[in-house]
Amino acid sequence: MGEAWQRFRRDRLAVGALGVILLLVAVALGAPWLAPYDPSQQFFDGLTLEGAPLPPSARFWLGTDLLGRDLLSRLIFGARTSLMIGVAANTAAVALGALVGVIAGYLQGPVGFTLMRLTDLMIAFPALLLAIALAAIFAPSLWIVAMVIALVNWVQVARIVYTETRGLAARDYIEATRALGAAWPRVVFRHILPHLMPTLLVWGTLGIATTVLLEATLSFLGIGVRPPTPSWGGIIFESQSYFLTAPWLVFCPGAAILLLALSFNLVGDALRDAFDPTGRGRGG
Amino acid sequence: MITYLAKRMAASALILIGVTMVTFALAFLMPADPVRQIAGRNATPETVESIRHQLGLDRPVPMQYATYLGHLAQGDLGHSYIQKTDVGQLIMSRLPATLLLMLGAIFFELAIGIPLGTFAAARRGKADRAIMIFAFAGVSTPQFVVGLVLLYLLAYLAGWFPMSGYGGLSHLILPALTLGIGGGGWYARILRSSLVEVLRQDYIRTARAKGLSERTIVVVHGLRNALLPIVAMIGLDIGTFMGGAVVVESVYGWPGIGQLAWQAIQRIDIPIIMGVTLVAAVAIVLGNLIADLVTPLIDPRIRLR
Amino acid sequence: MRSLKRAALAALALTGALIMSPAFADTPPKQGGAAVVTFKDDLATLDPAIGYDWQNWSIIKSIFSGLMDYKAGTTELVPDLAESYTISDDGLTYTFKLRPNLKFHNGRAVTSADVKYSIERAVNPKTQCPGAGYFSMIKGYDDEAAGKTTELSGIATPDPSTVVFTLTSPNATFLHIMAINFAFVVPKEEVEKYGADFGHHPVGTGAFKFGEWELGQKLVLERNKDYHRPGVPYLDQITFEFGQEPTVALLRLKKGEVDILGDGIPPAQFLEITNDPANKDLYVRGEQMHTGYVTLNVKVKPFDDLKVRQAVNMAINKKRIVQIINGRAEVANQVLPPSLPGYDKDFQGYPYDPAKAKALLAEAGHPDGFSTELYATDTDPQPRIAQAIQQDLAAVGIKADIKSLSGPAVIEAGGTEGGAPMVWSGGLAWIADFPDPSDFYTVILGCAGAVKGGWNWSWYCNPEIDKRAAAADAMVSASVQAQRAEAWKGVFDDVMKDAPWVPIMNEVRYTMHSDRLGGDPILFIEPIHIPVNYEYIYAKDAQ
Repeated sequence: MGEAWQRFRRDRLAVGALGVILLLVAVALGAPWLAPYDPSQQFFDGLTLEGAPLPPSARFWLGTDLLGRDLLSRLIFGARTSLMIGVAANTAAVALGALVGVIAGYLQGPVGFTLMRLTDLMIAFPALLLAIALAAIFAPSLWIVAMVIALVNWVQVARIVYTETRGLAARDYIEATRALGAAWPRVVFRHILPHLMPTLLVWGTLGIATTVLLEATLSFLGIGVRPPTPSWGGIIFESQSYFLTAPWLVFCPGAAILLLALSFNLVGDALRDAFDPTGRGRGG
Repeated sequence: MITYLAKRMAASALILIGVTMVTFALAFLMPADPVRQIAGRNATPETVESIRHQLGLDRPVPMQYATYLGHLAQGDLGHSYIQKTDVGQLIMSRLPATLLLMLGAIFFELAIGIPLGTFAAARRGKADRAIMIFAFAGVSTPQFVVGLVLLYLLAYLAGWFPMSGYGGLSHLILPALTLGIGGGGWYARILRSSLVEVLRQDYIRTARAKGLSERTIVVVHGLRNALLPIVAMIGLDIGTFMGGAVVVESVYGWPGIGQLAWQAIQRIDIPIIMGVTLVAAVAIVLGNLIADLVTPLIDPRIRLR
Repeated sequence: MRSLKRAALAALALTGALIMSPAFADTPPKQGGAAVVTFKDDLATLDPAIGYDWQNWSIIKSIFSGLMDYKAGTTELVPDLAESYTISDDGLTYTFKLRPNLKFHNGRAVTSADVKYSIERAVNPKTQCPGAGYFSMIKGYDDEAAGKTTELSGIATPDPSTVVFTLTSPNATFLHIMAINFAFVVPKEEVEKYGADFGHHPVGTGAFKFGEWELGQKLVLERNKDYHRPGVPYLDQITFEFGQEPTVALLRLKKGEVDILGDGIPPAQFLEITNDPANKDLYVRGEQMHTGYVTLNVKVKPFDDLKVRQAVNMAINKKRIVQIINGRAEVANQVLPPSLPGYDKDFQGYPYDPAKAKALLAEAGHPDGFSTELYATDTDPQPRIAQAIQQDLAAVGIKADIKSLSGPAVIEAGGTEGGAPMVWSGGLAWIADFPDPSDFYTVILGCAGAVKGGWNWSWYCNPEIDKRAAAADAMVSASVQAQRAEAWKGVFDDVMKDAPWVPIMNEVRYTMHSDRLGGDPILFIEPIHIPVNYEYIYAKDAQ
């Protein structure tokens, strides 16, 4: 692990991206103090007489949205939504995927077979449509959205963990432990899972980029977090009708999403390289 | 090979049936009654019940599912609740648009991904890094942002393309490009890794020793062997595009099946939901099959199970 | 010589005067030409018994006709396929005489049997007609709606050009029902030929014939040369294009590719369009028979307390909501929109007074407010309006959680007893199907609507007001119409005293048409032929 960290540190771009992530986390945590206004406060004079949003000014640095709320404040608090859902959803996805993958990979037999067929079934579903359908069934809230995204994303992790587990389980000392009669949960958690850590760490990071994007997309379609919780995708959803006359309402949140997802992608990719610099033998 | 294909076909059929089962269950879990939608706001309770009975929606769900499978076996996808049209016909009317978009998207993915990946693998160093950042940026931007930005810059400000709608080449370019930018990043990365690997091989060194130009080596010898993973990716892409272009279709007003599915889910038009999910699942399964068939050719260590 | 010169001068002067006069200033309608109309959403069906959405309502009115219609641009009833009608003194029998020489688009003559068939078809549950309930006043309705028979005993056809309706009780809305799409006349043989697909191959008696339809892309209608109204329609052809974003449609209209914006002027471009003097004659403002309101569920605490409901009425800043939707509405203080009879222009309603609202809440035992839920659909701008309402409620201490769901899900929640405490009606309800106050009461405020699956989401049921409403509807004859309007005015004034709703606004639509189309502005934003009355518009550049 230490070795991998050394390799990671040499990649200046990835370190930079990590810095961006930490910065965004800091912004999210410090939102109540950083944001100039309450993100949900709709100002009476935050709109023109005809109901158009205000352009950037000294009072509202990035202007207002279509309800007269300060865009900058909403962007800052939106970081919370993206990060919370991104991390929560991905952690759940990785946990679920790892569990399924490792059990199926280790136990094989009927249990393994069933689990992997279940995985195949999930893969066959068009991901976005499944997310939309699930969001329609469970009235969206922060945690529901995270759960829906996790349900759509766990499959990739499961497959990779399955393949790796099979490789690991074939090793001699594992065979020996099994022969000694050790119960499978013990073998799995004590001997196999630690070796999977690098992979899980990589996916734990790379996956956040995907979950952040999926949350933004669901919010863009109008089925994301409950209003008035600020969400970068949600800001774009609400602002579409004024997009041509107030394009910053789309570009600013869009840039934020890009920044967050890009940073996680760069870090995750660098982690992948750090753990396996030869570029062989690890998924993708 | 034949046994493998046969096994896969059987497994695929079972998976698809599983998909229909889960979709059916999901459709019935939706918190709204499709019959009331159809019956309208002035309907008396008797009319509502009568329509429910007509559509067979008063029977237990497993029975309804069995009936659905029966119709499916005969190629009948049912009738839309809201539009009263044959679902198969509706899907067929929108399929050309989706297929066209898919072709355009794959074209742009390749047009962007292959040159970028090749360049990055051949040059390494700073150029490599810069290109990979571009590639990642493409993958990290949500489709609707890419779409809206392209719309604003190229269609609205510059006026080079029409702003929305379905039609010839000029209507296709922006939506296809939007999808292509995202996927192109992936293709660039994959190709780069693959090409870097290939260029390390002995026979490449031999070719260099023979005095062949770098360009010939990279393009002719290197690419030829490095392109296989791309083929696998295209297989996976086919599946993704069939079900996932909802966002791009929405931004550009492209009449594909993504839009059809989105509207159907909002309106609880169960037959359409079933039909589109099934079509998308078939595409995904087929695409995965192609990708899986190609993968052993890339890495002989992986054998067909 | 002199007389000739004088005559010539006089003729010149006269011609000059004629050219200057208004008669020539406005080009008279010419026959011919085509128009292009855009819509964002696709057309579901053109079957008059089924079609019930924004796009197809007026298109169906152009392809089909019914016994009654409305004078163009007004809400005044006039006979259409019927030449004349008589009403019996007890209001239970209506006799219609059909015009002579009426033909379907396929050439066949229209008879009274066709009228009977069409209405029976609408009532038949197999057709799944959303408006079947409107015919409940016809004798024999209950049996056919229950599926026991396929005939309506209350419709008789003594001869091929006479139709006689027998009602179970007098009903002042009956003539409106005969003008509604669901009562339009269809030819039996075509319906049987196409079955469920009749909606894609419509054959009617209207001003336009069905031309061709590319699903999801465009629909073309051709002029019906045998239309029974002389001289109309003016246009030879209309093309409807679908999947067109309103912003894009506007750009295309400016380029001359599109003639009418079916979905209206997009809000963001509104100022730009209306401030440009070149567009003065091109954009039109039209009122709709619409009210947007918040329902307060009287069966859910604390909305069972009148004071709480009144407080909510005073807490909401309606002007700001109108501002948020760019002024596309007028503030409403009562149930009916201004265009309907029974509208009370002297009604005061509840003023915007947050301080008073807080005081009322305290009186009702909620000095610190309470928590509740507000349902709204998830299509823009409804979530925005819901958030504006949420902020107003928070200012008086009411914490409202917004549940933004798909339309059907909101309708389901509203129609479930104890389901939705508050529902914002935007995007769902309520535009009147016909210009009569009755359509604003029965389904959404009457006891009959306060049932599972009903549309009376406030679950308000006042039997005494129900009786008065029914009595008002029994005032059939023309001589008592003024009293009827008064009766309805009283009904709605008293409903507002109980405050089961917070009426927020009445929508106003703005649309734009190209320079080459002419016609009375009201035709482009007509309240009945929502949005456009295609029969009377014409092309100025027709050859």
